[in-house]
Amino acid sequence: MTTYFHSVRLDESKCRGCTNCIKTCPTEAIRVRDGIAVIDSNRCIDCGQCIKVCPNRAKSAFTDERSAMDGFRYRVALPAPSFFAQFRSDIEPGRVIAALRHAGFTHVYEVGYAARAVARAIASYVESSEGPFPIISTSCPVVVRLIQVRFPDLLKNVVPLEAPMEVAAYLARAEVMAETGCSDEEIGVFFLTPCPAKVTAVHQPVGQNKSRVNGAFSIADIYPEVFHLLEKVDEVDPVRSGPVGLNWARAGGESEDVNLDEYLAIDGLDNIIALFEEVELGRLRNLKFIEAQSCPGGCVGGILTVENPFIAKVRLGRLARTLPDVEFDMSSLPAEELRIRQDLSPRPILSLDDDFSEAVRKMSEIDRLMELLPMLDCGACGAPNCRALAEDIVRGQAQLKDCIVTLRQQSQEDHPSGNEPEDSVTLKEEKKR
Amino acid sequence: MTEQAVLEVNFPVKGGDFAQAGDVSTKLKRVLQQLGLETSLVRRIVIAACEAELNIVIHAYSGSLKARVSPDKVEVWAEDEGPGIADVELAMQEGYTTAPDHVRALGFGAGLGLPNIKKNSDFMEIETTLGKGTTLYLRFDHEQQVR
Ligand SMILES: Nc1ncnc2c1ncn2[C@@H]1O[C@H](COP(=O)(O)OP(=O)(O)OP(=O)(O)O)[C@@H](O)[C@H]1O
Ligand code: SF4
Ligand SMILES: [Mg+2]
Repeated sequence: MTTYFHSVRLDESKCRGCTNCIKTCPTEAIRVRDGIAVIDSNRCIDCGQCIKVCPNRAKSAFTDERSAMDGFRYRVALPAPSFFAQFRSDIEPGRVIAALRHAGFTHVYEVGYAARAVARAIASYVESSEGPFPIISTSCPVVVRLIQVRFPDLLKNVVPLEAPMEVAAYLARAEVMAETGCSDEEIGVFFLTPCPAKVTAVHQPVGQNKSRVNGAFSIADIYPEVFHLLEKVDEVDPVRSGPVGLNWARAGGESEDVNLDEYLAIDGLDNIIALFEEVELGRLRNLKFIEAQSCPGGCVGGILTVENPFIAKVRLGRLARTLPDVEFDMSSLPAEELRIRQDLSPRPILSLDDDFSEAVRKMSEIDRLMELLPMLDCGACGAPNCRALAEDIVRGQAQLKDCIVTLRQQSQEDHPSGNEPEDSVTLKEEKKR
Repeated sequence: MTEQAVLEVNFPVKGGDFAQAGDVSTKLKRVLQQLGLETSLVRRIVIAACEAELNIVIHAYSGSLKARVSPDKVEVWAEDEGPGIADVELAMQEGYTTAPDHVRALGFGAGLGLPNIKKNSDFMEIETTLGKGTTLYLRFDHEQQVR
């Protein structure tokens, strides 16, 4: 079985098995077993919801150490558009870029600028496409992975284009090579990330063999350093993202750049899941394009940012007014560099068994177990709900006696003397007769 | 001879309940996915089932969606108690609808449901009695024989 790289990780020494995280997971990837959370690597899509809700800070996002830059002659920072929204609105993006050049990077390439190219490519792909519609953006890696595991049928709706980060890495490398005459290997490219999902996208890209990005640094980690440098550095670098490129940091910004009539910009995983269910029912065929961002508000809501997403959004509006509009010169970018190079393969998690008869048997077994379970979805068994426990039981990963409610009922009703029942299924069945 | 594995499910559908329209088809989709059926087959069934479910919600009073999954085919019955269909041939035509304005305002009632069901199924039969109700029988053949 393939093992997947994940940025979202668990520190077992901090986990107290409180079950807070299991219910927030959109792919039901977490179980508490023997008092400790376990993340199923096949199911995890690195959305980071569990990091947000863990009261013990046992969940965290792996990001690269700054030492990852060592050994590269040229070091390029790729700030996400959301990076600029972390600073007060009187700190113009040009100063932030200059400060980054004093933070160990030799070059800075704005992902918001590369995003302009992606927007043009999306627009022409959608316009010339014969469907299936709606076409879904790849810019949020959580959404792409969600589709792989929960909505494999929608993979053919996914736009076969790279996300702005990858395109920025290509463009940055080309620019640095042209400027310095160095070789590709001498360049290290580092994304300043608002979220763990992008770290995963760097280290295990979907649809591409190897990312052109060498590492990803957390915005929250690099922010204090840049903030202090801003006091010392009074240079102002040119800014290329423009108001439109910068706006990719918030939900709806991408759609504005793509500029199509029948689009929907949606944010928040619950909303996205509900929408995708409808798309799978064939109910939204008139829609041409979906921009979907896992984080509420878009990337400004990413868990590795420092500023409140609502404040960040207001700032984006202010910053945008100060920036000149720059159009992307498409002639600098060969079309094939925009295309995803490999098929997005499904990672379905739902199938109970490869063998049909066996799957039918397990399905009937689930139905039988559902009759026995209390349907309280209390989570005490370590599974997010009763149905998930039933599925775990037929998969051989849990037992009915993990359900303490059923267990207690059985021992009270059938064994008033207090003897522990060995298998409460048989007991209940005996009672029914 | 081994017994053929078959799974049957039955979900009630409430007429007039637009808020929950589609929920039953989503439940059916999950069952089909858990049984490991091919994605393209699941898609056809679910699109047709959803149209049938919506027709019960829009045009009938109450009903149910039943499915029987066998190794070589999936059968779906959409049964309802309702007004029945006066002219089935007419109802099958693209664009024909009797949906009232308030339903069309919700985005339904383009008169494409039944034609879409026909397109997505391998066999379709309508049994209807005016003033009593309608039963839609659908069959979907597996593209690949499952084990
Ligand atoms: N279960 C049913 N009971 C009574 N009448 C029905 C039923 N299903 C369909 N009809 C009749 O057949 C017509 C055509 O159905 P069809 O599903 O093709 O279109 P629609 O439901 O009107 O619109 P759409 O499916 O595009 O939302 C309906 O308008 C209705 O008059
Ligand atoms: S919305 Fe943006 S910040 Fe949030 S997971 Fe997706 S790409 Fe990352
Ligand atoms: Mg209809």
